[in-house]
Amino acid sequence: MYAIQTKDLSKQYRDVLAVDSLNLSVRSGELFSLLGVNGAGKTTTIKMLSCLTAPTGGDAFLNGKSIVHETAEVKAMIGVSPQETAIAPGLTVRENLKLICGVYGFSKEKSEKRIVEMGARLDLSRIFGKKAGKLSGGWQRRLSIAMALISEPQILFLDEPTLGLDVIARSELWDVIRALKGQITVILTTHYMEEAEALSDRIGVMKDGKLLVCDTAENIKRTAGTDRFEDAFVRIVRGEVK
Amino acid sequence: MRMITLAQRNTKEILRDPLNLAFGLGFPIVLLLLLSAIQANVPVSLFEIAHLTPGITVFGLSFMTLFSATLIAKDRGSALLQRLYTTPLTAWDFILGYTLPILPIAIAQCAVCYGFAMILGLDLTVRILWAVLAILPVSLLYVSLGLLCGSVLTDKQVGGVCGALLTNLSAWLSGTWFDLELVGGAFREIAYALPFVHAVEWERAVLGGNAADGLSHLLWVVGYSLVILLAAMLLFFRQMKRQ
Repeated sequence: MYAIQTKDLSKQYRDVLAVDSLNLSVRSGELFSLLGVNGAGKTTTIKMLSCLTAPTGGDAFLNGKSIVHETAEVKAMIGVSPQETAIAPGLTVRENLKLICGVYGFSKEKSEKRIVEMGARLDLSRIFGKKAGKLSGGWQRRLSIAMALISEPQILFLDEPTLGLDVIARSELWDVIRALKGQITVILTTHYMEEAEALSDRIGVMKDGKLLVCDTAENIKRTAGTDRFEDAFVRIVRGEVK
Repeated sequence: MRMITLAQRNTKEILRDPLNLAFGLGFPIVLLLLLSAIQANVPVSLFEIAHLTPGITVFGLSFMTLFSATLIAKDRGSALLQRLYTTPLTAWDFILGYTLPILPIAIAQCAVCYGFAMILGLDLTVRILWAVLAILPVSLLYVSLGLLCGSVLTDKQVGGVCGALLTNLSAWLSGTWFDLELVGGAFREIAYALPFVHAVEWERAVLGGNAADGLSHLLWVVGYSLVILLAAMLLFFRQMKRQ
């Protein structure tokens, strides 16, 4: 079963076609990465799929619900961790998690249960009482992902989740993301080739709003005729691979 | 209630900022003290405590605009609001979540001002209670201005527009610091075409036990509040769509 299916999904900003007739299918439980250089259309695609911006053409279906006509249903089933860390800086870690439980209408008991679960899962329990704004970048990003996960989403969007993090923090977040595989559908955008290769079931490469290739990392390397994924990406984006 | 959750978060963000408390409560109290001290040495009817306090309570509300606009602008600038837009919160949840928390803070600020004024010699009468309640429509005006500015300005711009321009406009054109009749001319006309002096006159009328005489001023305040609130909502919805 497909968790996400896009049908000629397009977004036009005045004279810029950010996403051009995107046709993409992502299976339930799959970890799918979207790669591309700046301006390729990755973030716009995520924004459309998470109902942040309306498409100017086509449609997409998340577990059968249209992002154009059934936005409330779509919003109830997704979790989003935006490119920038999206936390309330004046609230504690626990209060941030509670905020998201509240906006999803969880009962007090369910909220408490989910907060404890997230605390254990992302190792946040020991900093529950700390102000989010005072945390390091890595911990803020971890909290941001916990906030995206706490609502029990069926589909999780991670927009460049490890951007700007040090090696250790990135490695720790990889473990968190890896643990999600098979449990929920994850759409990941990243600039880090090794990240996409290490984590993804399949990878889509975008350029100028178009999906150039969509396959496993191994198949992409084979198609590009190289052993290194980064080289394969460069060759595809430069149009050297037919 | 989803909106209540957002409103609670916004209240915490505002009240936990020590600068907000310093300016929201501290500054009006300092002004009351300072102007009362001037009045004690150089008696000026304008600075008599019963005349001065309504003006200071209204002036204090300009900080509510600053707090609310700063919070919204910062949320817009960060990715938090973007995240919240992907949740089941509706547009109305956002509008109410950003406006409602300011109203009790405004009432509390007003009550503290009147409480301090009593220490400085304001007579304890039931009219103080009515004056505190009468601040509600005035608060709506300032909260709406906050929503409007927060919807279109960055947090840095909010600092300039609300922190400097609005507080000064609200002060100079309110008839609190000097008698507008003495200045007269275009300055007086402009002041009376804006809502600030009407807000102060309304508060003075209620505190003076002449609420009926202040109704015309209240109409100005309510009229401005509704127009600004409507504009603020439209601009908030627009920036929501632009996300």
